[in-house]
Amino acid sequence: MNRPASPRHLFLAFNRLALQGFGGVLAVAQRELVERLGWLTKEEFVETLAIAQVLPGPNVVNLSMMIGDRFFGLRGALAALAGMLAAPAVIVLGLAALYGELARHPMAVNALRGMGAVSAGLILATGIKLLPALKSSPLGRPLALGLAAAAFVLIALLRWPLFQVLALLGGLGMAVAWWRLRR
Amino acid sequence: MTVDLFSLFLHFLTLSLLSIGGAITTVPEMHRFLVDRSGWLSDETFTSSIALAQAAPGPNILFVAVLGFNVAGLSGAAAAMAGILLPSSVLTVTATRWARANRESVRVKAFSAGMMPLTLGLIVATGWLLAAPFLRDEAHRWGTLALIATTVVLTLRTRLGLVWMVLAGGVLGALGWV
Repeated sequence: MNRPASPRHLFLAFNRLALQGFGGVLAVAQRELVERLGWLTKEEFVETLAIAQVLPGPNVVNLSMMIGDRFFGLRGALAALAGMLAAPAVIVLGLAALYGELARHPMAVNALRGMGAVSAGLILATGIKLLPALKSSPLGRPLALGLAAAAFVLIALLRWPLFQVLALLGGLGMAVAWWRLRR
Repeated sequence: MTVDLFSLFLHFLTLSLLSIGGAITTVPEMHRFLVDRSGWLSDETFTSSIALAQAAPGPNILFVAVLGFNVAGLSGAAAAMAGILLPSSVLTVTATRWARANRESVRVKAFSAGMMPLTLGLIVATGWLLAAPFLRDEAHRWGTLALIATTVVLTLRTRLGLVWMVLAGGVLGALGWV
């Protein structure tokens, strides 16, 4: 595994990935941190994301702080956070100031639809790519895949609130994992 | 209409620890406060602020900055972002350090092993929920479906830069092909 050379390196890496993240940063974060930079394995990425997800706050922002903190403590966490937010904030606020203009152009609206569809595809592909991380789960592959499928159905199709899904499936997964790990 | 920056900050501060699964889950509460109760934003501005931040590069949490900006300019953006990030960030760093120090404990291992499947299901569900509105729109159903499928295949099979795919999607959309 590689590691960042300095907090400045962290800042630049997160800045680079945030600026590529149209419609969300998750897909790019996986590509950059796992595939290009090699700072985390696929399993570590999913594990970190799992914790980021149950904690309150934006997942990818939590993820960036957790990774920054792991390498350089608080300075690393702040460098990663700043990298993630500073440049995109300038861009998005600039767009907000111009929004009245943009919304009047049908071409801009159509372009946004095309970009939105691609972002949806990127996230789907990221999910598929990370599924093999479940292979080494102490739950065993069939149960782990079953829980992932159940989570998809409850959230995407039945539209359960996340909190209930976390309580039900997360609780079940943790109980089984705890039981298996203790033996 | 005067805007009290401190109460803007305080409102987002209280929502921070409730935003499990991302700040997007507290949008109904933000709407109640900013549109219904204080009247600082119109319904339309509220909705377009969120759409804009989602389309722009960067984490989606920046929709909070856009809401703050539309209420009170740059200082509003800063107040809202500071409020939404401060409590959750402190908790995240503290909890992560604790988990790292206790990495070998059965409880911590069981926690992450139990949560991992859920995390993956949630990623795929997010992709699905983002795709669904396009697929319901009859005029654009097949074009966007083809675009989504192509994106999935290219991401899995090639090392093409993701940002190029997004930009290509924008160009195809602007040309009226999808």
